[in-house]
Amino acid sequence: MAKSHIKMTVNGKAVEELVEPRTLLIHFLREQLSLTGPHIGCETSHCGACTVDLDGKSVKSCTMFAVQADGADIRTIEGMANADGTLHALQEGFRQMHGLQCGFCTPGMITRAYRLLQENKNPSEEEIRYGISGNLCRCTGYQNIVKAIQYAAAKLAGVPFQEAAE
Amino acid sequence: MIPGSFSYHRPSSVQEAVGLLAKLGDDGRALAGGHSLIPMMKLRLASPANLVDLAGIADLKGIRSDGNDIVIGAMTTQHDLIGSDLLGAKIPLLRETSLQIADPQVRYVGTLGGNVANGDPGNDMPAVMLCLGASYHVTGKGGERRIAAREFYQGAYFTALEAGDVLTAVRVPVPPAGHGSAYEKLKRKIGDYATAAAAVVLTMSGGKVASCSIGLTNVAETPLWAEEAAKILTGSTLDAATVKKAVAAAEAITAPASDARGPAHYRTKMAGVMLTRALARAKAKARG
Repeated sequence: MAKSHIKMTVNGKAVEELVEPRTLLIHFLREQLSLTGPHIGCETSHCGACTVDLDGKSVKSCTMFAVQADGADIRTIEGMANADGTLHALQEGFRQMHGLQCGFCTPGMITRAYRLLQENKNPSEEEIRYGISGNLCRCTGYQNIVKAIQYAAAKLAGVPFQEAAE
Repeated sequence: MIPGSFSYHRPSSVQEAVGLLAKLGDDGRALAGGHSLIPMMKLRLASPANLVDLAGIADLKGIRSDGNDIVIGAMTTQHDLIGSDLLGAKIPLLRETSLQIADPQVRYVGTLGGNVANGDPGNDMPAVMLCLGASYHVTGKGGERRIAAREFYQGAYFTALEAGDVLTAVRVPVPPAGHGSAYEKLKRKIGDYATAAAAVVLTMSGGKVASCSIGLTNVAETPLWAEEAAKILTGSTLDAATVKKAVAAAEAITAPASDARGPAHYRTKMAGVMLTRALARAKAKARG
């Protein structure tokens, strides 16, 4: 099968590659671009571990062909840290609030939470839970993930983070 | 899971897409958001030799008013429907339904056209379109035609679409101002198809139901328009006895499969429960 020539921007860098049309975006990112931050979890569009940010949308990269992303602007967890190398507020929040245990879901969670906070700078707990409902975590019970996102929202807004009383 | 090989086409106009699909026949399939088709391809339940991606066709996107109708381009995503102020004001049922489809990531990519054209009885929008009396704009070899949603669904994955047809837009008549609507969906978890779901649009006048339309999701091989149930309710105050009669009429037309979501008789009963809840919520939102 003839390969397709695709161009896109990934984490701010221009990328040009040849791909088979059937290559899924997750395989393209992991195997051709060596970006192994997005994870392959369920492979059935449920778990969200493969989530990347694509043209201002959170997408499951296991459910899209790389050719469909031709011309797109993509951000993965590898592109999340600040330009000076310090952690993004979300990464810091996950560390401070113990938002991960095994860490498998974390790249998808952070990438999804990034878009959520772009669209809603001060989400309620309910809005956060609904906003990350396409991402499964089997360790944390989600409580500390919600706190991590609240931490990041506060930090990005420049206000002190106050944990809600239990 | 890696799909079978295929050739990828990205036409830039509806005419070009229709031409390609007509030429390819059974070897070609249209690709919209891909969130039904790509999982099927990964499982090798579908192995089209050619995919015709509709994403490059600008004409297939957008939401516009046309007289008393709202016309929604087939490639408009669920996320776009949720964000539309026009729809929020005129047909809030579409926003409410979209918010119950799958999860945020899927809604960013999944399209209205794909949802209604696929013929999957688990999809939510088809029953909502029956309820709203929508019609579908279809372009094929013979030009453009319109098909009423209520005449579109023939069986699981079987619709009135013919080889080479592209569903280009969904035309929804705006329900009267002051109408009430609701979509009640029972599901096991986020991202699941409905165990059963019910869509209701009604208008009230002097405390009585002036008009009523009901759609049911995933309790038969096709979405269902519960015409008899709606007739029973029209003219009533939605008193308990009449609602009970209407629910029985709605349950009578269901024929769900027994599957992981429950045995058939349970799913039928849940369709009735969803309808009862949707009626109460629609009534509370209606004026008059």
